[in-house]
Amino acid sequence: MEMYSLLRGIADSWVLLAMFGFFVAVVIWAFRPGSSATYKAVGEIPLRDDKTLPIHAAVGSGGGDNRRPGAGKTVKGADNG
Amino acid sequence: MDYIKLSVLGLIALFAAIGANWAHDLAYQVHALLILVIALALFVWVLRNTDEPGSVVDPSTGYFDGVVRAGVIATAFWGLAGFLVGTFIAFQLAFPALNFDWGQPFTNFGRLRPLHTSAVIFAFGGNALISTSFYVVQRTSGARLFGGSAAWFVFWGYQLFIVLAATGYLLGATQSKEYAEPEWYVDIWLTIVWVTYLIVFLGTIFKRREKHIYVANWFYLSFIITVAMLHLINNLSIPVSIWGSKSVQVFSGVQDAMTQWWYGHNAVGFFLTAGFLGMMYYFVPKQAERPIYSYKLSIIHFWALIFLYIWAGPHHLHYTALPDWASTLGMVFSIILWMPSWGGMINGLMTLQGAWDKLRTDPIMRMFVLSLGFYGMSTFEGPMMSIRAVNSLSHYTDWTIGHVHSGALGWNGMITFACLYFLTPRLWGRDKMHSMSAISWHFWLATIGIVLYASSMWVTGIMEGLMWREVDDQGFLVNSFADTVAAKFPMYVVRGMGGVLYLSGAIIMCWNMWMTIRGAKPVTASLPHATAAE
Repeated sequence: MEMYSLLRGIADSWVLLAMFGFFVAVVIWAFRPGSSATYKAVGEIPLRDDKTLPIHAAVGSGGGDNRRPGAGKTVKGADNG
Repeated sequence: MDYIKLSVLGLIALFAAIGANWAHDLAYQVHALLILVIALALFVWVLRNTDEPGSVVDPSTGYFDGVVRAGVIATAFWGLAGFLVGTFIAFQLAFPALNFDWGQPFTNFGRLRPLHTSAVIFAFGGNALISTSFYVVQRTSGARLFGGSAAWFVFWGYQLFIVLAATGYLLGATQSKEYAEPEWYVDIWLTIVWVTYLIVFLGTIFKRREKHIYVANWFYLSFIITVAMLHLINNLSIPVSIWGSKSVQVFSGVQDAMTQWWYGHNAVGFFLTAGFLGMMYYFVPKQAERPIYSYKLSIIHFWALIFLYIWAGPHHLHYTALPDWASTLGMVFSIILWMPSWGGMINGLMTLQGAWDKLRTDPIMRMFVLSLGFYGMSTFEGPMMSIRAVNSLSHYTDWTIGHVHSGALGWNGMITFACLYFLTPRLWGRDKMHSMSAISWHFWLATIGIVLYASSMWVTGIMEGLMWREVDDQGFLVNSFADTVAAKFPMYVVRGMGGVLYLSGAIIMCWNMWMTIRGAKPVTASLPHATAAE
């Protein structure tokens, strides 16, 4: 079989199935039990680096310290990938 | 190490000197001289620092923000340059006399147009992406950039790429592929820079102290990897001579066209969408001070977007030599793509749930929301235009130009401005921007500019589409091409005015940034506490 037809045949059968299957698996994975708590925790990641601002660093270094280990705890164990 | 650097720089300088002497064309000669000067300057600089005790900086402290600061300035600078050229060529279309005789052939529309597109997409957008990705990946990983000064190589290497590309266009070096015009040696240089970028970004993710890779980094990473793949495959070409800029494409005919638009549409999909969504997923929650509306949705958004976008390219080739099945495939995937796009828009907008009052009080938030609005608008318009029947009217008309600009000016431009307003005070240790009312001015100037631009292009695009297909009762075409050009004049002027407004907004932004930065001390940000990792 010529190269084009061979690749075309693979592409519109097994590769299509594999990619579609992967996508469906990702969606199911996102809705797995317990994912809500994990994602709630990881959604907070960008809000945690307030130390970039000097006003925060000066005023709220205590606040930053408190928040961080706490948030770290929720992420730990809940997330597997 | 310094001795290796010196040898390499010396060899590059020698090669460039030979190239400048034997060059087959002007663009190559100018570039060889440019590289000769840079290599010699670097040679002297390295030589002066050889065997000197270097200033020892502890790499484990603080974020690497110097390169982000440089990137912010470069973004603003290239933005101004790109908008200026864009406005000028808009008026060139309205008033052809602006293709000055004394500037031929260097300043005619044909050479300035790729200069404009590359300046806004790759210089303005690219610098925004590189600098924000370096900022975001450090913050969300709790780690300093990997690779030490490699990030500086990425920054300066990318600027050199921009300068080589831009001067090449003016001097006539182009491989005639839209958004991939730079010739072979510029492509090779970009590949080196881009791979270094990937290593820096991936390395930072590998040494992260945050267990989870935040979704913004997924978008950035897909942007970096996909652009590398697109760039390599679309630029497969064989130089005619090592001493000249001309090259010949490996693909030809319809395969070349398909490869080009596979590249072209994914430049939109991964450069202007996925990368900028990375910005959205970090900076919108940050500015709204609340987490993203739905993290689950962001995961589905990511995978759906990257699985679908890569197939959408053939919709650029309706009614061509491309087989029908391929263009139908592109059309279908483009329409499905509407859903994840709007999912992402809703995710960004709903992040403001409970904080909608910020729209009234925070001009930066207003910019983010407007950019998401334009993202939604253009990701609806795009799928619609990809439908073959609609495309038969819209293709080759200015409707396409209007669509591109509502996406580029509205979505990419506004989100980048908002990010610059977010980053500038933080990177230079100021409480906030110098003038908040100037941000409002920028917001309204840019918004009105986009509205003028997009609406004039809709009117003129649909008009010319209809004029081209109009036939009389004998079946003869009613209008000549020149008739449509004459009819388009008023809309071209309105479009140019829109460009002037958008450019004025950007000038106000640059003034505002200048005033914010001036006299301020750069911030040295410390890393979050190391205890968080375990």
